[in-house]
Amino acid sequence: MSPKTLYDKIWDAHVAHEAEDGTCLLYIDRHLVHEVTSPQAFEGLRMAGRKVHAPDKTIAVPDHNVPTTLDRADPATMTEESRIQVEALDKNAKEFGVHYYPVSDIRQGIVHIVGPENGWTLPGMTVVCGDSHTATHGAFGALAHGIGTSEVEHVLATQTLIQKKSKNMKVEVTGKLRPGVTPKDVTLAIIGETGTGGGTGYVIEYCGEVFRDMSMEGRMTVCNMAIEGGARAGLVAPDETTFAYVNGRTHAPKGAQWEAALNWWKTLYTDEGAHFDKVVTIRGEDIEPVVTWGTSPEDVLPITGVVPAPEDFEGGKVEAARRSLEYMGLTPGQKLTDIEIDTVFIGSCTNGRIEDMRAVAEVVKGKKIKDGIRAMIVPGSGLVRAQAEEEGLAAIFEEAGFEWRLAGCSMCLAMNPDQLSEHERCAATSNRNFEGRQGYKGRTHLVSPAMAAAAALTGKLTDVRELI
Amino acid sequence: MEKFEKLHGIAAPMPLVNIDTDMIIPKVFLKSIQRTGFGKNLFDEMRFNRDGTEIEDFVLNKPQYRNAEILVAGDNFGCGSSREHAPWAIADFGIKCIISTSFADIFFNNSFKNGILPIVLPQEQVDILMADAEKGENARMTVDLEAQEITTSDGEVIKFEVDAFKKHCLLNGLDDIGLTLEKQDSIKTFEEQAAQARPWV
Repeated sequence: MSPKTLYDKIWDAHVAHEAEDGTCLLYIDRHLVHEVTSPQAFEGLRMAGRKVHAPDKTIAVPDHNVPTTLDRADPATMTEESRIQVEALDKNAKEFGVHYYPVSDIRQGIVHIVGPENGWTLPGMTVVCGDSHTATHGAFGALAHGIGTSEVEHVLATQTLIQKKSKNMKVEVTGKLRPGVTPKDVTLAIIGETGTGGGTGYVIEYCGEVFRDMSMEGRMTVCNMAIEGGARAGLVAPDETTFAYVNGRTHAPKGAQWEAALNWWKTLYTDEGAHFDKVVTIRGEDIEPVVTWGTSPEDVLPITGVVPAPEDFEGGKVEAARRSLEYMGLTPGQKLTDIEIDTVFIGSCTNGRIEDMRAVAEVVKGKKIKDGIRAMIVPGSGLVRAQAEEEGLAAIFEEAGFEWRLAGCSMCLAMNPDQLSEHERCAATSNRNFEGRQGYKGRTHLVSPAMAAAAALTGKLTDVRELI
Repeated sequence: MEKFEKLHGIAAPMPLVNIDTDMIIPKVFLKSIQRTGFGKNLFDEMRFNRDGTEIEDFVLNKPQYRNAEILVAGDNFGCGSSREHAPWAIADFGIKCIISTSFADIFFNNSFKNGILPIVLPQEQVDILMADAEKGENARMTVDLEAQEITTSDGEVIKFEVDAFKKHCLLNGLDDIGLTLEKQDSIKTFEEQAAQARPWV
């Protein structure tokens, strides 16, 4: 048998039908659902008189619209439209009989945090959701990617997706990371290297010592942003770190089934000599804490750098950079560490896990955020929030002057009341710095949780290495 | 789904690279639970001032492009979110074909599900079509899906590639779910085998 990549192995294990032209029906093991991209899909089922094919493999949770303030049980905290979307999910989950975590459940949170946390996401699975950051689940060695609403309806009705196989891409980060450099810096540095279109048509496997050394939380941060590099999905081969994370979680297999699962999971790695269509290699030692300066996640620079000029680029990027600089209100040559910020947002499916909370606490413990800075920490789930409180992190945040919120997507995409105002500048641990992403004319700099914490203390983009 | 066979229409040039889904349809408009009505908010923040007045120099506000049915766009069009509201807004506005050097994966798939034909061409050919689109409303292009050909206003013919299955669905306006349900037996067989091999799933 010819050697296979990890992607090849998972793909092959899920093909339910293959047509002559290579179009496949890929079987889906887990379908995660949230309130924004599902209402039209459920409505489509209803109109066609169809059922959900596998409700026991379908998990729904509201996250995008929900307020994160402590008073959110009060319906007045939501706009009418948001309330309609959340109520539609309540109703659809009940009517179609899928697993559901309502806003009032402590396990509610961002769908990509809820899945892994409750043991729904397991190695070797296919996982989809009507959300591009489904790539997160690739950290478990699960083939996971975002789909549109028509495909949500297709998966609900058939538990399959019509797919053609992507190409294989290997992103290798060798060696060790230097102090102050985090998984977020790694994933941003990769996108800085490949560009936002560099992964288009590929599934990435992240290989190398840096990922082997990384925690599951860190791997999730890396895979989460595979989509920002244009890839369909990102994968990390499962190993002892993965198995230890999964073991004992509510919906993970137990007893003899655990042993059987483990036996299969241990075969999920890329065979020696397997072919990759594209390979990118980066030295871990070369990665510095980074920050984005523009309005595309590829606009990445080390924090020690300066704002670039449009002429530094080529082709269509010249005009795009000019537009970005104007939008961001930045001047070429300006030191990144001289950029003053108004707001700090810590959270999202990229960086809303317990390890991210710990990283922030480490930087801000016993300190105060700069006067006048609006700073909020939004845990990725109710369980993350509870754990952070138990570990004493929440007390550190509140003492430092952060708002400590309830779980949701919050200001990552600002569909709920957490938004930037015009020209408000934010250091954010989220995943997209697009125009208007965090609010109309809002300005976003993507950073790691540690860097966001440092910015909160100084009121400027800051090299966290100077504070630790 | 509406069929796509042959289109003869105005092409609007949008050379900006990395046009993302937040530009195509900002999230404030994602709160509808319907599939229709998004066209009025297509490219909202690029197209309108905060007070609702039009931004004159935005391409789709120019008189010659208001009825555009084709977009010729910069590289990596549709990057970002999986929101199908993006192709819904594009289709609702009346645009049925987008031409670029590359598209983001999810957007590309979503387009086909909504009767929109995304066409990928090499840079030199996109440049030719961009220049043609710059001519305005008198420069109408023809996109023939059956023949896989674009004809410029000058009569130059450019061939394009399209996945055979997606072409078939688009030409015939076929519903994917109906097609997949015809293969129900394969799905059932797969489920039985998977239940043996991976009972923990």
